Amino acid sequence: MAIFSDAELQEISELQKRYPSPAAYLLPVLWRLQDKRGWLDDEAMEEAAAVCQVPKSHVRGVVSFYTMFFEKPMGKFHVQVCTNVSCMLCGGEELLADMKQRLGVQNMERTPDGMFSIEEVECMGACGGAPMMAINETFFEKISTQEANEVIDQVVANGNIPTPKFVQQMPELSEAANK
Amino acid sequence: MADTPKLVLPDIPGLRNIDTYIANGGYKDAIGKAFSMAPAAVIDEVKKSGLRGRGGAAFPTGLKWSFMPKGKEKKKYLLINGDESEPGSFKDRQIFEFNPHQMIEGILIASYAMQIDHAYIYIRGEYAHWVKMVEKAVAEAYSRGFIGSRMKEMFKPSGEGVEFSVEITVHKGAGAYIVGEETSMMNSLEGQRGYPRFKPPFPANSGLWGCPTTINNIETMTSVPPILKMGGEAYSKIGDPKHPGTLLFGVSGHVNKPGVYELPTGTPLLDIINIHAGGVPNGKKIKLVIPGGSSMPPLRGDQLEGVKMDAENLKAAGSAIGTGGIMVMDEDTDIIHVLTRIAKFYWHESCGQCTPCREGTGWLLKLLKRFDAGEAMESDIDLLHDVAFNIEGRTICALGEAAAWPVRFTVERFREEFQKRVKPGLILESPNRVHSLRKGGLEPVQVHVPVVERV
Ligand SMILES: Cc1cc2nc3c(=O)[nH]c(=O)nc-3n(C[C@H](O)[C@H](O)[C@H](O)COP(=O)(O)O)c2cc1C
Ligand code: SF4
Ligand code: FES
Repeated sequence: MAIFSDAELQEISELQKRYPSPAAYLLPVLWRLQDKRGWLDDEAMEEAAAVCQVPKSHVRGVVSFYTMFFEKPMGKFHVQVCTNVSCMLCGGEELLADMKQRLGVQNMERTPDGMFSIEEVECMGACGGAPMMAINETFFEKISTQEANEVIDQVVANGNIPTPKFVQQMPELSEAANK
Repeated sequence: MADTPKLVLPDIPGLRNIDTYIANGGYKDAIGKAFSMAPAAVIDEVKKSGLRGRGGAAFPTGLKWSFMPKGKEKKKYLLINGDESEPGSFKDRQIFEFNPHQMIEGILIASYAMQIDHAYIYIRGEYAHWVKMVEKAVAEAYSRGFIGSRMKEMFKPSGEGVEFSVEITVHKGAGAYIVGEETSMMNSLEGQRGYPRFKPPFPANSGLWGCPTTINNIETMTSVPPILKMGGEAYSKIGDPKHPGTLLFGVSGHVNKPGVYELPTGTPLLDIINIHAGGVPNGKKIKLVIPGGSSMPPLRGDQLEGVKMDAENLKAAGSAIGTGGIMVMDEDTDIIHVLTRIAKFYWHESCGQCTPCREGTGWLLKLLKRFDAGEAMESDIDLLHDVAFNIEGRTICALGEAAAWPVRFTVERFREEFQKRVKPGLILESPNRVHSLRKGGLEPVQVHVPVVERV
């Protein structure tokens, strides 16, 4: 125990008061733990159970329900490619196949150096920017296979996620800007 | 196009900035008017506007609000649904990014109308970036005194302050389509697995923590301030009379200019595709359109003439408005392959509580995979239809229908596509691929689908 510092525990217990029961703060606590450790191991679940005053079995049940909580270590850079309808119509399946080949890993696996992992995801709400890929929290939209490879090149070279080229705009405004 | 009103995403650069929002009458005009009225009168105004929910079911918003009990015995909650996980939907995200303060103002007005104690904005975890934007907007509104205990001094419609305040909290999800279903979202917010609850009891009686709760979509909330500003009567005259207002239409798939377009309800579907979204690349014909997110019945390309985009007209045309996510597929699209992917999604997202949904979605996927691989038999077509039909209406939540509709209606409307797949030695005249990244080099090819004979 004691993944959280006293200051963090203090902050958490303040935020927890915004809900009528401590258990309701479970998802936010799990997010904090996963942000710290990269995944949710046994110790993390124990800590979450203590902070939210629920049995550990309950925490385990919740963790396994949500796809974004990892029960095993993932890559430092988690690559997600959407293959749902809109993306599929614009080449999402090909993009996924190419990324798998490039990184040499299968779905939900990570590279031996722990740098990359890959996940075929369901619709990410970027259908208008299809095909799309996300690395951790950053969305890359309207991205070709070649551009996706360049993004990976940059991650490898610089150790961080580059700024996406495609910037979401209000359609009306972007049209006006085009004139 | 010029005079169509933009109420949810107005053409004001930098509107996400709180000062720009205030300079345009934000946190004043609409909410000031609401606070000068009795709460029940605000509900009446929303009823008069004819506003219907933007989360999928198009339920009348004013009516929903009026279900909330008036007493003060228990706390009352408002849950704002920003799960936006329906494939083809990407509109609420635009609100988070471009007009979060109008959403907050809408939440404040709704909270006043129903005398809410605490409002929770639940946003899907994949939108981590947008969660931060909304958290920032909420923090700013707090620091200006527009939310929380200082509201009483901030809003003084008739000299003395209003006797009302509400708290707003942003809550981040963790990846589960089913959490978009209202009772599932309540379980999720309470820190449980996101299983839908059996109804009754309905949320207005027993929702979050057993207390009266109303749940509304992000876009629904953002549509509220303009209604107060212009009056319910005036709002009800925009677009289709039975489903008035403007909608955010997210257009994706095979169009030249995919994106979110705010247009009055009742706008012809073909206008949205051809005029606003720039038409289909290379002038190809449309084979299929899903008009409201992937769970809505698909329409054939030759069924689209005269179809208008609002709840009643779409129902008459044989589909539903859903979330207004329009997915366009051109003539070269392999529909069976797309449908197999849709079936995979619902199978993956079924929470497994009800047998017809848990088993049925698995069967749909299994059968469709056979068609996709050219291993199906003629009799599988009816079997597929039967399985879909037998899920509908037999489940706790509407995910059952969401999974069944696309399959059932595709079988009914594109039977020939299935028949083609069960003929031995079939050659598809359109390429057996779904994408249209056909910028160059990708000539349409004839693809041989080996059909396996089974006995
Ligand atoms: C499986 C399923 C998924 C849903 N997903 C969403 C969603 O992502 N966003 C949403 O606003 N409503 C979603 N809904 C609809 C909600 O249950 C609810 O009706 C809606 O949020 C109410 O808001 P409204 O009255 O403002 O439309 C979903 C419903 C079902 C059955
Ligand atoms: S219909 Fe499906 S998703 Fe909904 S409660 Fe039943 S099993 Fe779960
Ligand atoms: S279908 Fe890929 S982001 Fe929506």
